[in-house]
Amino acid sequence: MPLLEAHGLIKSFGGLRATDTVDLAVEPGTVHALIGPNGAGKSTLVNLLSGRILPDAGRIVLQGQDISKAPAYRRVQMGIAYTFQITSVFPNMTIEANVELAAMARHKARDAMAQAVDHALETVGLSDRRQQLAGDLAYGHQRLLEIALGIVQKPSLLILDEPTQGLGDAEVQWFVDLLKSLRSETTLLLIEHNMDVVMAVADTITVLQFGRVLASGDPESIQSNAAVQSAYLGG
Amino acid sequence: MSMDRSVLFNIGLLLALLLVVLALPEYHQGNFARIMVLACFACAYNISFGYTGLLSLGHAMFFSAGLYGVGLTVQLLEFPSEIGFLFGIVCGLVLAVAVGLLALRTTGVSFMIVTLMFSQAFFLTVLLFGEFTRGDEGFVISQDKRTFLGIDLSSDDTRLIVSWVLISLCVLGCQVVVRSRLGKVLVAIRENEERTQMLGFNVFRAKLSALAISGAMAALAGGAYSLLFGYVGATFASVQYSIFPLLWVLLGGTGTLIGPLIGTALMFYLIDISSEFTTAYMLVAGIVLVLLTLYVPEGIVGTIRRRLAPWIQ
Ligand SMILES: Nc1ncnc2c1ncn2[C@@H]1O[C@H](COP(=O)(O)OP(=O)(O)O)[C@@H](O)[C@H]1O
Ligand SMILES: [Mg+2]
Repeated sequence: MPLLEAHGLIKSFGGLRATDTVDLAVEPGTVHALIGPNGAGKSTLVNLLSGRILPDAGRIVLQGQDISKAPAYRRVQMGIAYTFQITSVFPNMTIEANVELAAMARHKARDAMAQAVDHALETVGLSDRRQQLAGDLAYGHQRLLEIALGIVQKPSLLILDEPTQGLGDAEVQWFVDLLKSLRSETTLLLIEHNMDVVMAVADTITVLQFGRVLASGDPESIQSNAAVQSAYLGG
Repeated sequence: MSMDRSVLFNIGLLLALLLVVLALPEYHQGNFARIMVLACFACAYNISFGYTGLLSLGHAMFFSAGLYGVGLTVQLLEFPSEIGFLFGIVCGLVLAVAVGLLALRTTGVSFMIVTLMFSQAFFLTVLLFGEFTRGDEGFVISQDKRTFLGIDLSSDDTRLIVSWVLISLCVLGCQVVVRSRLGKVLVAIRENEERTQMLGFNVFRAKLSALAISGAMAALAGGAYSLLFGYVGATFASVQYSIFPLLWVLLGGTGTLIGPLIGTALMFYLIDISSEFTTAYMLVAGIVLVLLTLYVPEGIVGTIRRRLAPWIQ
């Protein structure tokens, strides 16, 4: 059974169909990449899945349970963690306080919380900056903090919206390693424009164009798909 | 609550305040009794504005819900003051939840306007039922009705002590709230509401809780005011009394526990002194607000916290 399924999702902004009858199935334990040109509707689709916006039509099912009507915070509690395309942390709080807050939503016991915080900070490599203000961090570190906020919740699905956007080459390599290490902890739904990153980490790729699913499959089949090549990969 | 620096700091300041007010001449003791009760109102406003970031322009209705909830039941219905006092607090709580359920569907400027409209409606209702409330002119609670648990609230000495007990309870009560799980969520909402929601927190419920606590505490201040000073009037329901707590909190330091008390005291004396020279004392308050937002946006305690003592809560 897929971890998360979408059936016939539709979302329009004015006259524009940003999401047009999208079906999607994310298998547990995989890295599922969502690619497509700018404006293809990738962010809109994950916003629908996470509940930040509501669809005009369609259903969303998490582990067999219909969550189409659940508000965003409920979906997070049910295990869908979300990281923003535009970095969104608590700039006036320390890194530690940021991650503790995220952990508090999920863990009730103090020990479990402290452990989860340590683990998350270690995983993203921010352990030695715990007391720094999040707002003072370099951009790349803020992106890492975003991911720490996600993994500290021990989600069953972690949605990452363009985590490598605006990063340098060395940082991108770091992220690839990080994404690979996350695979053992959680299922990833990853929006990514950098094809090298996608090819390095993805098990499944879904290509969006004009809000529709153009193709979906394993990396090899996507790479050799003629429609994808002409539309997106530029031949 | 663990007894750390920040708690001891507040307790120390409150004890120092007690010593100072006991040593003051009578005129200033009278002022301080009022200041300390009004500061409870400021503390209440600080929960929703300072810690949660909800800019309400309608808190006069919560204060007067307590004021009238206690005043009318004790004076007209002859409730015992203890029952009337509890009733007043419940009035504030219920009103805050009811207003919150509607107003919290909006944010920012809309929230300001919606709370302002509700408060104006409350004010007009008070005037409408002038037969009982006696409108602007107000009514007096007779002295024999102003005993509480056997204590005579109309004497100057007990009034001073009781006001001090109330502000101490409010400051330390706010500290308990701020340190709780709810308090952390409230600050998170103030700092980044969208992110807080996407961490799995029910933002609406947390904001409603903040408003409920704030409304109940404001009503406590209003109810205490009516019993301690024996006067209930519509001025307290006017927009002026929605602006005052905002000014007090801004002056003292938004999102600090002791700031509201300091802000209330300073503003009280500022208006007291300036009203000797001019009738346009609200203009003085306005100028102070402009200067504040320009030069000390964090307020007095907020500035001290940033410069000297980051551990202040
Ligand atoms: N809140 C919104 N209001 C109006 N139009 C929007 C909104 N969000 C996205 N869009 C439009 O929907 C389309 C898809 O956007 P988006 O999902 O952000 O694409 P992507 O993430 O693939 O770059 C774009 O044309 C964008 O302008
Ligand atoms: Mg996008």
